[in-house]
Amino acid sequence: MRKSAITAEAAAALIPDGASLMIGGFLGVGSPDRLIDALVSRGARELTIIGNDTAYPTIGVGRLIEAGCVARVRASHIGTNPTTQRLMSAGAIDVELIPQGTLAERIRAGGAGLGGVLTPTGVGTIVARGKQVVEIDGEIYLIEKPLRADFALLRAHEADYCGNLTYRLTAANFNPIMAFAADCVIVEPDEIVPTGVIPPDAVRTPGVLVTHLIGRPR
Amino acid sequence: MDAKEIIARRVALELRDGMLVNLGIGLPTLVARFVPKGISVAFQSENGLIGFSAPPPEGMENRNLTDAGGGFIAALPGAASFDSATSFALIRGGHVDMAVLGALQVDASGRLANWMVPGKFTPGMGGAMDLVAGAKRVIVAMQHAAKSEPKIVETLTLPPTSARRVSLIVTELAVIEPTDEGLVLRERAPGVRVAQILAGAGARLIVPDETPEMSLGCD
Repeated sequence: MRKSAITAEAAAALIPDGASLMIGGFLGVGSPDRLIDALVSRGARELTIIGNDTAYPTIGVGRLIEAGCVARVRASHIGTNPTTQRLMSAGAIDVELIPQGTLAERIRAGGAGLGGVLTPTGVGTIVARGKQVVEIDGEIYLIEKPLRADFALLRAHEADYCGNLTYRLTAANFNPIMAFAADCVIVEPDEIVPTGVIPPDAVRTPGVLVTHLIGRPR
Repeated sequence: MDAKEIIARRVALELRDGMLVNLGIGLPTLVARFVPKGISVAFQSENGLIGFSAPPPEGMENRNLTDAGGGFIAALPGAASFDSATSFALIRGGHVDMAVLGALQVDASGRLANWMVPGKFTPGMGGAMDLVAGAKRVIVAMQHAAKSEPKIVETLTLPPTSARRVSLIVTELAVIEPTDEGLVLRERAPGVRVAQILAGAGARLIVPDETPEMSLGCD
């Protein structure tokens, strides 16, 4: 059960070029900044990034875009990052735009062992292209497939050495659901606390989901 | 009073006591400034919070507490935070009473377009498609025209956000309700003539015998 803390650099070395990554955060709030910096420093290439947005060119996921680490993006919104916009128009980066609630549910399905979700969101729009449509009790839904990734890079507030996590306010966003949906889950907490300090009822991500914790830099 | 304030004030009069309300980024966020006296509403921010207020005083910002536009906010007593799946379960599940969204275009069937201009700018839909699919009422808050190009059009030329008809359109000139028969002019802004409203619209509007001036809740 017990996890040992590794450095952000060691974590970045575990992530090969071409890997798919779920990265928590909403416009950079609740993103694992030190892990992102370590991937930029390592010169990672051809990454697929799954997350809500691509933040800003100098913040959060936007730093990976700016450094040329990313080949493919699946997000709900890229409007705050002109670099993503420019690379997409130039064909240098592949962007799939997914409604935010659909993105959340596809990730949840991927982590919960479900074959997908039925959602009314996107019916009658571009989002419905190529997707199966089903009618349930007179309502029309799209079949949206589950999403998983090789790695989830998450930001938490507290972690204990069992990997149990807490979050703060709007920094939770996609982090708790992504913890279920990747083969290797790497968490950058603000603080690592002794096991037992986080009461069971306060744990929002059970530690069994977490593969590695990032320690505080010395 | 500028166009945006007129729109925000009129939309605010649609608020009812006890509502859970989601305000889109941009113009719709202004609505929070004009909540009518004597009613209490809760605002949801889709990045994971119900119960926030205006930005905190300088120096009191919390880096873990922002709205869906990335701006710092303050949580009110009684606020609740949650993850993105929960946030959109609230939205899609019909628990949000009213969503206020900006739009690039609305057409005669009441569909809105607000997430992409093909070949020019593709910000993405963010939470807009879910909000239009799931909120009990969807109110479009937008300027009547963009650089003299009508935003109210016969048929959308931009990709729709949803096939669902919005509940109400509020511009600085008019309040318009999409119905089975088409777009019905409900109210005029103070001092605005019906002819002006029709001239600025690119779709046919149904004009009832009575089109009262809109209240702006200024008293």
